Amino acid sequence: MTTELHADSIPDDRPRPGEGTPIDSGPHSTGSPATRALGIAVLAGFAMLAYLGLAGTPEDQVQGELVRLLYVHPQSATVAYLGCFFATTGSVMYLWKRSVWWDLVAHATAEIGAVFTAFALITGMLWGRPSWGTYWVWDARLTSTAMLMLLLLGYLALRKLPGDPDVRARQSAIVGLLLVPNVILVRQSVTWWRTLHQAPTLSLPGAQIEGLLLFTMMFGFAVFSGLFLWLTIHRFRVAWLARQVDELAVDEAITARIAEGTPR
Amino acid sequence: MFRDATLVASKDLRIEWRSRVGINQIAPFAVLILVLFAFALDPDKGLLTKATPGLYWVAVLLCGLLAVQRSFAVEASDGATDALRLSGIEPSALFLGKAAAVLLQILVLDVVLLVGVTILYGTTFTGWVLVVGTVVSASVGIAAAGTLYGVLAAGLRVRETLLPLLLLPVLAPVLIGSTRAFEAALAGTTSEGWLWFGLLSVFALIYVAAGAALFGPLLEEA
Repeated sequence: MTTELHADSIPDDRPRPGEGTPIDSGPHSTGSPATRALGIAVLAGFAMLAYLGLAGTPEDQVQGELVRLLYVHPQSATVAYLGCFFATTGSVMYLWKRSVWWDLVAHATAEIGAVFTAFALITGMLWGRPSWGTYWVWDARLTSTAMLMLLLLGYLALRKLPGDPDVRARQSAIVGLLLVPNVILVRQSVTWWRTLHQAPTLSLPGAQIEGLLLFTMMFGFAVFSGLFLWLTIHRFRVAWLARQVDELAVDEAITARIAEGTPR
Repeated sequence: MFRDATLVASKDLRIEWRSRVGINQIAPFAVLILVLFAFALDPDKGLLTKATPGLYWVAVLLCGLLAVQRSFAVEASDGATDALRLSGIEPSALFLGKAAAVLLQILVLDVVLLVGVTILYGTTFTGWVLVVGTVVSASVGIAAAGTLYGVLAAGLRVRETLLPLLLLPVLAPVLIGSTRAFEAALAGTTSEGWLWFGLLSVFALIYVAAGAALFGPLLEEA
C-alpha cells in the first residue's frame, strides 16, 4: 500500500484510506461545494425566518406573541416524522440490499429525527404553558410524540452499543423496520384513548391563517426541510468516515502484528 | 411446524417447571407489586379499586418483562442458542414455541394477579367474557412482542437494561387497550370494551407475524 499521510495535506487531497474495503468509494470529508451552498442557503433562510417570525409578522389577535411559535413548532414536528419515516425506509432497504449506505441513512435520519422531536416537544411545552396554563396535557398528539421520542431513544441506544458493526446494523435495522408500525399503533391507541372519553383538547386556534403569516409558516417548512437535508448529509458523512477510520485502525493493527511476527 | 413449536414450548415449560423460577420468584413479585401499589396509593380512599384496571396491567407488563428475560436467560449459557440453531427447527417454529411458553406463564401470572386484585383491592369483576378475551389477546401481544425484542437483546451485554427501554414503549398500545377494556368491563359498557379488544387483537396478530418472519435473522446474532 502506498498510503502516506502528509500532515500538511488538506483532507480532500489525502489518499483514500481503507483501500480494498467494500466502503472504499465514499465521501472523504464532511463538506462539499454543494452542501456548503446548501448550508449557506439554510443559514440565510433561518435569518429570514427569524426576521419574518419575530418582526415581520404582526402578533395574533387571539394568541398574541405566542403565534410566533407557529413558525418553528409544526415545522420541527414534521421534520421529526420525516426523519422517522426515512429511518424505517433505510432499515427496510438495508435488510433488502445489505449495503452500508442504507444502514447509515437510517442511523443519520433517526438521530436527527430524535433531535427535532425533542425540539418539537420543547417548543410545544413552551406554547402550552401560557395558552393552556400547563406544560403538559395528555393530548393524543403530545402523548404520541413523546412515545415516538422514547422509541427513537431506544433505537439509538441499541445503535450506540459497541460490537461488530454488521451485527449491530442488522439488529438496528429490525428495530428500525418496526419503528413506523409502532408509531402508527401507538398513535392510533392514544388517539382512541383520548377521544373515546373526552373531546379532543387540541385544535389549532385561529385556523384562519393567511397572507404573510401563511407565507412565513410555509417558508418555515422549506427552511426546516433544508436544515434536515443538510444535517442528514453531514451526519451521514461523519458516520461513513467513522466506519472507515474503524476499518483502517483494524488494518493497521493487523499489518503491525504481521510485521512483529516476521523473523529477521 | 406446529409440532416443532410444541416441542420448543414444552422444553421451555419443563425447564420452568423444574427450576420453579416462575412460581418461586416471578409470582411472588407480582403480588409484591400489588402490595407496593397499596402502599403508594392510600387503600382507604377507594383509589385502589378505582385504579384496578391500570394497576393490574402495569403489574402484568412488569411481570411479563421478567418472564421474557427469563425465557432468554435459559438459552444464554452452555451454547444453548447455537444448539437451537443447529437443531434444524424452522426459526418461525422456534419463535412460536418460545412465545407460546412465555404466553402460558403470563396467563398464569394473569390469573394470580386477578385473584390478587380481587382479594387485596376488593375489586368485583363483571363482564367476564370481555375480561377473559382481553386477558388472552393482551397476553398474546405481550408474549409475541416480548419474544421478538427478547431475542434481539439476548446476545447483548446490556440486555437487562436495554430490553425494558425497547419493549415497554412498544407495549404502550397494549397497556392502553387492555386497561380501557377492563374499565369498560367493570363499568358494564362492554360494547366500548370490544373496540379495545379489536386493537389488542390487531397488535397481537402484527407481532406474531413480525416475530415469525424476523426471528431467524435475529437468532443468528444472539
